[in-house]
Amino acid sequence: MSDTHQGGAVATSAPPSVDEGLAPAELAAKYGLAVSGARPGLFEYVRELWSRRHFILAFSSAKLTAQYSQAKLGQVWQVATPLLNALVYYLIFGLILDAGQGMTKEVYIPFLVTGIFVFTFTQSSVMAGVRAISGNLGLVRALHFPRASLPISFSLQQLQQLLFSMIVLVAIILSFGSYPSLRWLLVIPALFLHFVFNVGLAMIVARLGSKTPDLAQLMPFIMRTWMYASGVMFSIPVMLADKPAWIADILMYNPAAVYMDLIRYALIDGYGAQNLPDHVWMTALAWALAVGAGGFVYFWKAEERYGRG
Amino acid sequence: MADPNPSNVPTVICDDVHIVYRVNTGGGGKGSATAALSRIVGRGKAEVNRGVRKVHAVRGVTFTAYRGEAIGLIGSNGSGKSTLLRAVAGLLPTESGKVFTDGQPSLLGVNAALMNDLTGERNVILGGLAMGMSREEVRERYEGIVDFSGINEKGDFISLPMRTYSSGMGARLRFAIAAAKNHDVLLIDEALATGDRKFQIRSEERIRELRKEAGTVFLVSHSNKSIRDTCDRVLWLEKGQLLMDGPTDEVLKAYERETAR
Repeated sequence: MSDTHQGGAVATSAPPSVDEGLAPAELAAKYGLAVSGARPGLFEYVRELWSRRHFILAFSSAKLTAQYSQAKLGQVWQVATPLLNALVYYLIFGLILDAGQGMTKEVYIPFLVTGIFVFTFTQSSVMAGVRAISGNLGLVRALHFPRASLPISFSLQQLQQLLFSMIVLVAIILSFGSYPSLRWLLVIPALFLHFVFNVGLAMIVARLGSKTPDLAQLMPFIMRTWMYASGVMFSIPVMLADKPAWIADILMYNPAAVYMDLIRYALIDGYGAQNLPDHVWMTALAWALAVGAGGFVYFWKAEERYGRG
Repeated sequence: MADPNPSNVPTVICDDVHIVYRVNTGGGGKGSATAALSRIVGRGKAEVNRGVRKVHAVRGVTFTAYRGEAIGLIGSNGSGKSTLLRAVAGLLPTESGKVFTDGQPSLLGVNAALMNDLTGERNVILGGLAMGMSREEVRERYEGIVDFSGINEKGDFISLPMRTYSSGMGARLRFAIAAAKNHDVLLIDEALATGDRKFQIRSEERIRELRKEAGTVFLVSHSNKSIRDTCDRVLWLEKGQLLMDGPTDEVLKAYERETAR
């Protein structure tokens, strides 16, 4: 395309005669114009997303900061909220319902708190994911960026939230007699796989929620069912000991239970490998790959339509 | 291959563009529980049954914009001007028809990415990144944006949350962020000059600069004066259809005759 500068003697009125009679599409092809807002190829999309990584990071930490900015205690709530959460669950499931059968108190309380924090990570990623597009339509209709930035950004916000919760968690675990060991390093790969899984899931529900905002109303019930079925506050094999074995198997291989158990195994001394199902790392990897990659492709397929709402 | 005459190079081509919004009305015509139930049961049927209404906002608009043109969009409220602009920017998908563009047109405006609970400082960075600047670019232009907005003229306001700003100050900062980037095809949607008189002059000047750098400019406005000042061609939309397309004087005269009635 020539880049001649506009001189003073340019005629601005008459349309170009050479192009007369060309259909709009032919004219566009002749001058190399592209369809506006077309969906890029998958690799191009990944490249665009990578070039927006600073925006994704800035957006997620901005959301996190904005969350408590009107409170007097401010960012203290980042840690206080999970602590209060853990207290409530301990009161109900630890003291009143005594759900920690088959475990000593030294194991059960860290078990419960780890479970709550890890599941909350998935739960809030999904809840934020459902509204990632439908709740940010103004943004989607105003600026150009790969739309996957939004669900990724919201999951990243939840990851940062989880890291704050980890401060509380480590304090609780230490006070119940588990001490740092090399095994604690396993938290890193476990959390990474869990994060990839959550991002994929957030992208799936983001696309579903962009079409059907009603999902945001339904999601709390689905997530609560999932939470109770994943053994957040009880040990699945102990609770289901008198039921057919396949029920316990299904529950234990569900991704929420897998990631929860891996992090418990890494952090809690009394929670040994006998509590984990077979091939647990392979399962964790498979879930992360399947949901992470699948969710990404599924989300990308509707990229050009998210503005419609 | 390209025509040597720059004004003959098309930058935006709209080919029979239709845009339809789907609005969830949360209940359709009848609000009773049985009506809601029958809608849920009858899911497979037409969308009308499910509390979804269609709004046909743009109906078959065709035009070609050339490099160096400044095009005004006029028409009454709800005539589809802003919608058409969003489709040109590729932000709204078309129902049928196509929009072809040279490069990536961008809407002037960054409001949706900013957060009132954050400091002005963080919003400048966030807004810049949201518009697609790199971190280095944002750092380079940070001072310029803050100076242009004049936020710090009355003390150190940039380190306070944006919700504490007066509405004028907020508007100034938003404009300063949005206008910090240059665009090939620039789309401007109304309400340009915000803030006090001094800032209005400054922002009008900035718009002129942006216009000079941009290849093609689209301006949606209800102010015939600003259209006359800026544009050499005007599209008149009414009920989603292109009523008139021609030189500013001609179209504005017809428009004024119509609105005076």
